[in-house]
This record gives sequence, C-alpha cells and structure tokens, in this order.
Amino acid sequence: MKGTVEAIRATSARLCLDCGKCTAVCPVARVNGGFSPRRLVANAVLGDSEALKNEGIWHCLTCKLCSERCPSDVDYVDLMKVVRVDAHRGGEQAVCAHGSAFQLLMRIMTTPELKQKRLEWLTGDLKVSEKSDYLYFVGCLPFFDAFFEDLKTGQVQIARSTVKILNAMGIEPIVMADERCCGHDLLWAGDVENFEMLARQNIEKLKATGAKKIVTACPECAATLKLYYSELAGSLPFEVVHLSELIDKSLTSGQLKLKKIDKKITFQDPCRLGRFLEVYEQPRHILEALCGEGFKDMRRSRNSSVCCGTSGWIHCGADSKAIQTDRLKEARQTGSTLLATACAKCKIHFMCAMKDVGFPEEAKIQVEDLAVLVASAL
Amino acid sequence: MQSRSSAANNLDPGKSMNKKTNEAKKVSPKEFKPRIVAFVCNWCSGGEEVSSDSSGVRIINVMCSGRVTPGLVLKAFELGADGVMVCGCEKGACHYSFGNEKQAEMFETSRKLANLIGLEPERLRLDWLTHDGGRLQKAVAEFVEHVTQVGPSPLKKSGGTG
Repeated sequence: MKGTVEAIRATSARLCLDCGKCTAVCPVARVNGGFSPRRLVANAVLGDSEALKNEGIWHCLTCKLCSERCPSDVDYVDLMKVVRVDAHRGGEQAVCAHGSAFQLLMRIMTTPELKQKRLEWLTGDLKVSEKSDYLYFVGCLPFFDAFFEDLKTGQVQIARSTVKILNAMGIEPIVMADERCCGHDLLWAGDVENFEMLARQNIEKLKATGAKKIVTACPECAATLKLYYSELAGSLPFEVVHLSELIDKSLTSGQLKLKKIDKKITFQDPCRLGRFLEVYEQPRHILEALCGEGFKDMRRSRNSSVCCGTSGWIHCGADSKAIQTDRLKEARQTGSTLLATACAKCKIHFMCAMKDVGFPEEAKIQVEDLAVLVASAL
Repeated sequence: MQSRSSAANNLDPGKSMNKKTNEAKKVSPKEFKPRIVAFVCNWCSGGEEVSSDSSGVRIINVMCSGRVTPGLVLKAFELGADGVMVCGCEKGACHYSFGNEKQAEMFETSRKLANLIGLEPERLRLDWLTHDGGRLQKAVAEFVEHVTQVGPSPLKKSGGTG
C-alpha cells in the first residue's frame, strides 16, 4: 500500500472536509446507494487498506466529476488510479466487461514481434504518407468494429472520416501499422506494468516517425499520450491534439469550410476530453458551424457533464445501464434528434444501452461521432 | 469475479507450458510440438481420450461450446498457446438449444480479433462433432498437424501478468 500512502499526500486526500459533495454528484452513487467516493477517501485516509480492497474501487467511472466539485481540491480520480495499481499488485483484478477481451488484446499487444493487421480500413481515396509533421494515432477502432459487429457502430468510419478531414486540411498524416493500444484501459485497471510496456513501445515508434503533432480522434488516446506518456518519458518531442481542436482551428482560419446539416444536435462531453483535457469549446464551435441554432447543450454539460456509464471496459452492469438511460433521456429533452460525441466508446455504450429490451422509447436518439459528422459536411 | 479468475486458472496450464513453448522455439521446425488448447463441449466429446502423441494438447471441458467467449480464446493465446480449437455439437444437437449457434457467432469474432492482432488463421479451429464420439481424436490430430506447419506463436511466451 506504499503507493496509496504517497498518493494520499499527493492528491490532498487529507484535506477532505467530509462534505459529501463528491458522493452527491457521483453518477454511480445516484443509481447505486452502496457506492460512495466520500467513504472510499475516508477509508484511504484512515489507512484502512482492507476497505480499499473492496469491489467498490472498480465501480468508479474515473469520470472526475467529484474532483470537479470538491471544495478541497482532492484529486479523487488520481487517488483511485493508485489504489487500483496497489490492488492489482496485491492480486485483485478489475471486473472486466466482455470476458476481458479488450484487456487481453492490450496485453497481447505488449509483444514487440507482433505483426498486426490494423490498417485494413484504409481505402484508396484516403491519403496518408510516410513522412509528415502530422501523425494520426488511430487507437483500437478496428478492434471495436470486429467485436461489436452486431451493434453496427461504424468505428472504422471514424478513422476514415478523420483522414478525410485531415486531407481536406491539406494534411496527409502518417499512420502506423505497428501502433499499439495507448494502454488507457490497462492503466485504469491498475495493470501499470503492461501499460508501461505499451507506452514505451508507442513512444519509441512515435519518436522514430519524426512527427511533430500527434492527432487522435479518441479522447482516451489523447489524454493518455498527453498526460501519462509525458509522466513516463519526461518531455515528448511532439504535441498531442484531439481532432476537434484541429478542426476548430481550421474553421476559425477559414481553411476548412463545412456545409450546413439540417439537424438538431446536442453534445456528450467525453470525460477524457472535457474534465481531463479541458477541451469544452472546440466541439461546440464545430457543431455550431454544422447546424447553427440547431445545436443545444444538455442541462448537465461541459465540466458538469455526466459520463456515458462505463469506463475502460470495467464493470458494466445495471448501474451503467441506468446512467446511460438517464443521460439519453436528457439528450432527448433538449429537443435534439442527434447526440454527437467525440469518443468512440461513448457511442458504443449509448448504442448498446438502446438495444436493451424495454429501453424506453422516449430516450431513443441517433448517436454519431463528431468526426463522422464533420466528414459528411466537407 | 471468483468464477472468472477460476476459469482463468483452469486455462492456465502452469509455467511448464510457457517453458516448453520457449524451448520449442529453439528446436528445429521438425521437432516443434505445438501447444494446443482445445475447449471441448461436455455433451458431444467430453471425456473422450486423446492419444498420448498429442502431449501438447490441453483439453478443457466446458458444459457447452456457447461458454467459450472470445476472451477465453484470447486468454489461451496470451498464455502461450500456438493454436486454439473449440469443439461443439452439430447443428440442432445442442443440449442447451442454441449454445452452438452462439459459438458460431462468437468464433467469427474470435477469428476477426486474432486476424487483426496478427495471428495466422490456421491457429484457430472450430469443429462440430457428433454425439456418437470418436471424432475428437481425429480433429485434434489434424489441428496439431496444421499448427505444426504454421510454427510457434509470435506472442511473448513469458505470459501475461493478468
């Protein structure tokens, strides 16, 4: 528990006022009365290591809404990350969804000799190059499509759209055939050893390309590369940006022009893009450029946005479904017919929730990724 | 969680498997003896003997092929298997009505994931067997031969930490 003891200091957990705001805003606590971030912090501070070993630590969505509200600035989510690493080292395992298939793929990807076929989605009309200042870090999209074929969430369409948008900006990005998963989900499952193996390989490969800007359409990749890879490697010789930041800049400069979409659209802030990277305005600028007055925010948006219900393929269950249903109802209440998000996983989770038997008709809404929307309006 | 980790333990053939595969890599291709994990449905072929020639084969009995998720197939590969096979009941003969149909769908997912990650298609095999028995031995022997030709798995043999 050495890590946790240090983390208690680093995350200001001792400054906890016991006010309970964290639990009051926690989306999991709202649907699961047994879960309390406040109690977890209290236990950590009291040094109750056994209490930290309970299953509750895997229920947390690490959405950072609690940290956002905390009057004492306790970095609850960072504490959770360290607690999970300690738990993992102690032999505990995250309760992973889908038979751990994704975590296994990630662990398999730590093998350096692997010859993946992760670029089969590239079609002839998409321009990529060997040498460029820009590199598109694709992430796990092809794997998601293979796994969730029945959901028809069009994951590689996000990748194709991203290259199309970059091409429209005059960028022919590098894409890496031997890219590894960024390791986000392993990091948040406490498996920091395998996370570091993936991270080190990616850092080495990214450096070797000579790219100066790494673009990703996935907020988890963006946050992991930007926040956690730099923790590992010190300074990185490249900048990491989310696609929405790049599109916003090109729209402002007039380099990119979009056709109008006649739709009423609302936006789901992905936790990693919003509260982790503080990219709130850019996606909104893009959506306003797309549908003008047709864009309307949900009641809880920006830093108050609610998570899509599952994080890192950990612990998907009744709590997740309740959070998703509630959130989709909120999206419909804006009068919108389309929910845009900038995260592949948000799209999967919402579309999965809507397939459930008995899912309320009044909460059904079309979900689409921002990149796909923009590419359709080029 | 308990059941999941115990399933993983059943799958984990212990360190000997990893060690042997490592050794296999060093020997000439002729001597390479593939490590095979075979998930076998209890109703069509459970308890069937597989000859001692196939000493690299681990038979894992499951109650239905519908139990074998892509996660279990990937776990076997992660632990160092050179090939993974799933054996279930023929169409219309599933003891639980449609477990085999579920496996047919899941196997397609396993196959796609294995392809993306860079594993040769020959390392995966699905067999539908009859209840009269005797067909497991032949299927296993054929599979061992195919995997022998493909060679050792490219995955790291130290095993995962998960």
